[in-house]
Amino acid sequence: MSHKLASSYLIVEDLSASFANGNGGLNVLDRISFTVEEAEFVCLLGPSGSGKSTLLRILAGLLEYQSGQVLLEGRSLRGPRAGVGIVFQKSNLMPWRTVRENIQLPLELQKELDNRSQADVQELIELVGLDGFEDTLPRDLSGGMAQRVAIARALVHDPGLLLLDEPFGALDALTRERMASELLRIWNARQKTVFMVTHDISEAVYLADRVLAFSDRPARITLDLAINLPRPRLPEMRYTPGFGMMAQQLRAALQS
Amino acid sequence: MKKDKPDRRSTRRGAHTGLILLPFTVSLAILVWYLVVWLGELQPFILPTPGLVMQRFLQVLGNGTLLRHFWVTLGEVLAGLALGALAAIVTGYPLAKSRRLERLLAPYIVASQSVPVVAIAPLLVIWFGPGLLSKVLICSLIVFFPILINTVVGVRAVPEDLHDLMRSLKASRWQIFSLLEVPAAMPVLLGGLRIGATLAVIGAVVGEFVGSDRGLGFLINVGRGQYDVALVFVAVFSLVFMALVLYGLVLLAERRLLAWQQRPKDELI
Ligand SMILES: Nc1ncnc2c1ncn2[C@@H]1O[C@H](COP(=O)(O)OP(=O)(O)OP(=O)(O)O)[C@@H](O)[C@H]1O
Ligand SMILES: [Mg+2]
Repeated sequence: MSHKLASSYLIVEDLSASFANGNGGLNVLDRISFTVEEAEFVCLLGPSGSGKSTLLRILAGLLEYQSGQVLLEGRSLRGPRAGVGIVFQKSNLMPWRTVRENIQLPLELQKELDNRSQADVQELIELVGLDGFEDTLPRDLSGGMAQRVAIARALVHDPGLLLLDEPFGALDALTRERMASELLRIWNARQKTVFMVTHDISEAVYLADRVLAFSDRPARITLDLAINLPRPRLPEMRYTPGFGMMAQQLRAALQS
Repeated sequence: MKKDKPDRRSTRRGAHTGLILLPFTVSLAILVWYLVVWLGELQPFILPTPGLVMQRFLQVLGNGTLLRHFWVTLGEVLAGLALGALAAIVTGYPLAKSRRLERLLAPYIVASQSVPVVAIAPLLVIWFGPGLLSKVLICSLIVFFPILINTVVGVRAVPEDLHDLMRSLKASRWQIFSLLEVPAAMPVLLGGLRIGATLAVIGAVVGEFVGSDRGLGFLINVGRGQYDVALVFVAVFSLVFMALVLYGLVLLAERRLLAWQQRPKDELI
């Protein structure tokens, strides 16, 4: 067992985190443990305010944790790592940069912006359905469009680990399903590890290899459910009994 | 989102109505001025008529006096503004980044502000002579504080989430500075520069009052000494003109650099 743990891509062990506030501190994560294998797609469900974004920020190396440990690729996580793509809960674009400039930012920072990568950028822009809006400023985008820019930006430098915080939150149902399928396609083609927060149970079951459910704050993991639906996932699978069973199980775990 | 566009257009229309009304408001002011002189039967050395001021203006413009003094003051203002802004930004940036440094320095900076520049202007003239240098220093002293405050506020206002984004992408300190902090702080910084531009004109005049043999402030002194009130008016209007032009230039820079922003509603302030 411990041998298997040691070889996992991401290991979170007894992780606790709290925020300082007036009355002694707010415990947000309460001894969380789970592992993620390389190229696995894991979804995290949980009530609002339970600490999902907090966990994601810790995994991104953006937030320090008080106790427990986080091992990413065998090394203890202290600060941000290269090769991680993040979609924040808010789209988080630079208002002075156009759609294209926002998407290019990770390449610019790594000094990898050349003709070839610029072609990739264009491809990504088309992938997220923003062709024609390349030179638009964020102030003139709808919430859903801004979120798609953020998704493209998280993918542009071809990261090995994708951390997604409700990436489809502001999208309509149809776009949401289309983006989910695209995400699956990219994940499939490029062998990425994905850790995604969502509040949509059926989306989680549809996308993930495994779904974690958080309790209310301070968050504990109430269910770690393997989704053994075959790949490729097809939209029709949402209406099979097996799918419904798992969704039901997760709903029960969230309500407990 | 949709709402913004008509908004922006309507503020522009507002600015246009202001421009169209300008000749009327100016004519009205001149009319009132004439009435005050005539009804009060005021002597020219108390309040000259607008016509007399105009006459004096053309005279000093024609013989080159006005422009000579104008350039001197403008030079002091520009150099002082540049020096003061530079010093303020260089101090303000680390102050914004470090609470400890702020706690350490803030009392002195605030205390220095309670000393009126008018009071220390004579000292500066004694120390640095009646030439350009003392005026430049007075100007930079007066613009330092507002630009410093705006630098601190601007740098502090950079969204934490964007900092997180840059950190997660392993951006270098220089990249964070140049690609995030500079553009994000620019709106507030330019706001400070706008205030600084008008304050610098005041600083230059204060300096020239205290000790100088050139500049528009000196010209005012000369006019006062000779009961040449028309000349005082010419100099004052020239100063107003200079401040307006500088203010307009910063406004223009804002339009260019901040085109990505929604037009603020308080466009003129
Ligand atoms: N920087 C912070 N300082 C203090 N408290 C914080 C901070 N960030 C988050 N919290 C608190 O931690 C708790 C968990 O927040 P978090 O953003 O992780 O929730 P979440 O599960 O992502 O919720 P949601 O689904 O609404 O996004 C909340 O009660 C929040 O108030
Ligand atoms: Mg959240």
